[in-house]
Formats: sequence, C-alpha cells, structure tokens
Amino acid sequence: MIATLTRDKLLFFAVIFVIVQIGLAVFAPLIAGDPFAQIMASRMQGPSADNLLGTDQLGRDVFARILFGYRTSLLTSGTAVLLALLVGGSLGMLAAFYRGWFDRIVMRLMDVLFAFPIMLLAIGIIAVLGPNAFSAAIAIGIVYVPIFARLLRGPSLVICESEYVMGARAIGASDVRIVFSHLLPNLASVILVQASLLLSAAILVEASLSFLGLGAQPPIPSLGQMLAEGRNFLLLSPWPAVFSGFAILFLSFGFNLLGDALRDTLDPRLRGQEQ
Amino acid sequence: MIRAGRLLDLAIVLFGVSIIVFAMIRLIPGDAVAIMLGANTEITPERIAELESRIGLDRPLVTQYIDWISGVVTGDLGTSLWTGRPVAAEIGANLWPTLQLTFMSVLVGAVLAVPIGCFMAEARGKTADVLVRIGAIAGLTIPSFWLGIVAIFLLSRWLPGFSSLGYVPFFEDPLENLQRMALPVIVLALPMLANLSRLVRSAMLDALGQDYIRTARSKGAGRRRIVYRHALRNALIPFITSVGVATGYLLGGAIVIEQVFAIPGLGQLVLGAISERNYPLVQATILVMTTAFVMVNFVVDILYAFIDPRITQK
Repeated sequence: MIATLTRDKLLFFAVIFVIVQIGLAVFAPLIAGDPFAQIMASRMQGPSADNLLGTDQLGRDVFARILFGYRTSLLTSGTAVLLALLVGGSLGMLAAFYRGWFDRIVMRLMDVLFAFPIMLLAIGIIAVLGPNAFSAAIAIGIVYVPIFARLLRGPSLVICESEYVMGARAIGASDVRIVFSHLLPNLASVILVQASLLLSAAILVEASLSFLGLGAQPPIPSLGQMLAEGRNFLLLSPWPAVFSGFAILFLSFGFNLLGDALRDTLDPRLRGQEQ
Repeated sequence: MIRAGRLLDLAIVLFGVSIIVFAMIRLIPGDAVAIMLGANTEITPERIAELESRIGLDRPLVTQYIDWISGVVTGDLGTSLWTGRPVAAEIGANLWPTLQLTFMSVLVGAVLAVPIGCFMAEARGKTADVLVRIGAIAGLTIPSFWLGIVAIFLLSRWLPGFSSLGYVPFFEDPLENLQRMALPVIVLALPMLANLSRLVRSAMLDALGQDYIRTARSKGAGRRRIVYRHALRNALIPFITSVGVATGYLLGGAIVIEQVFAIPGLGQLVLGAISERNYPLVQATILVMTTAFVMVNFVVDILYAFIDPRITQK
C-alpha cells in the first residue's frame, strides 16, 4: 500500500489532496471561527489576518463558511453516492446473480432512469420532496443508481460464470456466501474507482443545486449557495464568489484525480480509458 | 438499419419515462393539491376540490394516465396552473434559447475535441500524459456556473461594452444573438470538450497501435493520411456515443447556465414553475427535455451502427 503510494506520485498527491480537504471539513469547528457570526462593521472585506478569505455581505467569515460548506457538500454528496452504491450496486449484482426476468425488469428500469438528463431528474425529484440538503442527497443518489447497477452487472455476470464460483456452488455455498465472499471482493476495486469519480461529479451537482436554491437552505452554509449570494455583490466584493468557486473546484478535482489515479493503479488494463 | 428491436427498446424507455413523470405529482408527500394551492391562494376545501378535478386527481389512476398521455401524444401538455395558458405554449416560448445553447455547445465541444484530441495524441510520454490528464480533469471539474460568473465579472471590467447577459432571438439580430451566446456556450461546452478530447486522444493512441496502421505505414501512406484517414475513423466510434451521452449533461447544465446568464430558456421555466409549485408545467418540461434527450441517443445509436458495420444489433 505505502509502496504503491510512493511509486505513483499522482495517486499520492490525490490522496493527500483529498485527505487534507476532508480534514478541513471534519475539523472545521476547531480550525475556523463561527460561520454564522455577523460583524456588520466589517462587511465585504478582502482577505486579511483576521479573515483569511475575507468576509461576505453580512460580515461573516468566508473561510469559516467555506469549511462548513465543505461539510455540507461532502455529507450530501457522500450520502448520495452511498445510496446509489447500496441500491444500484445491489440491483446490478442481484440482476447478474439471478438472471432471467428479474434481470430484465431491473435493467429496463435502469434504462428508463438513465434516460433522464442527470440534472433534470435531480431537479424533478427535489420538486417532489421539497428543497433541502436531504432531498438533494436522495435526488443525486437516485440519479446515480443506474450507473452502479450497470457498472456492477457486467463483471458480476463474468464472476458468477467463473469456475471458482461454480466450485463454491458445488460444495454447497449459499447465495449469501457467494455474494459476500466471492462477488464483492472481486468488485471492490471497480466500486472504489467509480465511487470516487461519482463523488467528484456529485459535488458539482450538489453545488449546482444549491446554487439554484434547491439544495441546503440558509442559514446552513453550502458552497453553491455562497456562490449564488456572492454573485449578487460581485462588483462590490468578488471574494466570496471567487473563493467558494475554488472550493468547489478543489473538492471535485481531488476526488476525480483520486478515482482516475486509483483506476490506473488498481487495474492497469484500463489505463487511459474514459469514464 | 433501424431494426424492430431498437424501436421496441425506444418505446419501452419512453413509456417508462412517461410513467415516472406522470407519477411525480402523485408522489408529493402530503396533500399535493393543498401544497400547490398554498403557493398562491388561501386553502379552502372548495378550492382543493376544484383544483383536484381540474388536474383530474379525483379520477382513477389508470384513467388519469390514459387521459394525460393521449393529450401529450397529440401535443396537449395541459394548462399551466396559474396563468391558464397551454403548457405547450409556455414551453414553446422558452424552447429556442435552450435548444440553441445546447446545440451550439455540443457543436463547439465535439468539433474542437477532434483536433485537440489528435494534437494531444501526438504528444506522448510521461510529462505529456500527466499534463493532459490534469488538464482534462480540471476542465471536467471546474464548476461551469462559477466560470460563467467570473467571466461576466472580468468582461465587465475589461470590455465594458460587451453585453453578455440576456437573450436576443437569432432572427431579430444575429450578431447580437451570437455575441450574447458566446460566453454561455464556451462555459457550457468546456467540461464536454475536456472529456471528449481526452477520449479522442486515448482512442487515437489505441487506434495508432493497431495492425492496420502498420499496414498503411508499410505501404507508404503519409502521416497525415494515417492519422486522419485510418486512425481517426476508428477512434470516432466511441466518440459518437459519448457525444450523445454528453447532450444530456449539457441539457441539464443549460438549466444552471441559463440562470447565470439570464437566458429565458427551459431552465428558467422549470425553476420558476418549481418555486410557484406549478407541477403540471414542471412535469411537461421534464417530459419534453427527456424525450428530446432519448431521441438524440436513439439517433446516435443508429449512426453508430452506420459507422461501425460490425454492430448491426446488440
């Protein structure tokens, strides 16, 4: 593990980059000040020693709001990807495992979900559930379900046909045992790579949604919402908009690079292929 | 070229999409009608009953679906809740900006990706690989709405006369139209361009390593001919599919970009409809945009079989 990391500089960089950002989110209360405190006397200030990244239109510390925005972003996107993995991944694996009509129905359903433009389906789901961070997580999760289902079905079919699974069946292994001790371990690297890439995409979708006012609602700090607010005061002070945009970029970039580098390391055959 | 099986697939997907869109209003937790009313008026039992029968929520589900879908097929998408105008007319009024934005972005992204990808394929080696990779990932993960905002801000400083906001119909003033579309198109096309040019590069590198390239080389074909005639043709196969898929991202992305550039398109329509809880309008817009996306991918599938004769049917 450590050897791999030092050999592959890009992967090493990606891991550090992601860990630092997750760390900033987790330890936000220790690192930054109060993201809600409004100091009217110092509104829309540029970066300074007191306010590392300046202040917003209500005199709130942009640095603190970005770190707490990281939390909202990671929590929402993380929940979404986990939901997609659990639901979509299980559906894909079970479809491959049981085949027949179950497989056909599930994959048809996935075709239908996949037919919607991602952002549009997410917006539709939020319209039904009401705009908040939780709805955004559910919406992004549902949108990504067919991606995991399709991704895991193919390799699962191959594994289920393989001799060692046949062998396991012959000695009387149960379905559950086959899934957990043969299917899942073999799919782990595919899952890890895709989860990281999807997390990167989910961070962007979440930011777009909260930019549109369909994600986390004020006063909860979120990066997209900061950008939307900052945009209204752009001519007076561009800092909140500029920094919150960089924050979204760094977060999404980190996970995409991580997924990309992981793909090379875990499966050299896939080197250079696209998502 | 179009087999019956493919048409059946298309029909099943469209049917499924219509069921999901139809189910939307019925899935709203709580009393959907009261929620819809709550946006604009006081809620009374009479008003609830009136709206319920207007949308048809008081009839059996199957009847509701059949009524709705037979309207949709004949172009009747229902009436907008608060304006009373036909939904089809509201969509029609907002359709062109979104279509133009999406179409131009697909065009810019796809057309530029081929030469950029080919160019990047010539640069091989470790450093080039890493640079291409980081560049492509950066292009893919840069929030396009942020890029749009920053671009508007910078242009307002450097080129105060350049109007980048709003929409002017093409046939009213083509130059003004193109000027205002320039920024949104570039911003929206960038992630697609990043993704596609990287795809073209890897497909080219792949194709250049094949036996038929060696054959072409050995019979003395020029470098240019090898790249564009032999390799590119084969590299285009995965490219075409990706363009189809990317159209969906762009349709979705257009919703956000329209907000940034104040373009009165379908994005504004659907977001406005959500905020005033005008669900029939939300439903219809989602249905129209998704159907368009499904049709684009259907055409791409046919093109695919056309370019690659090996694939006649899955």
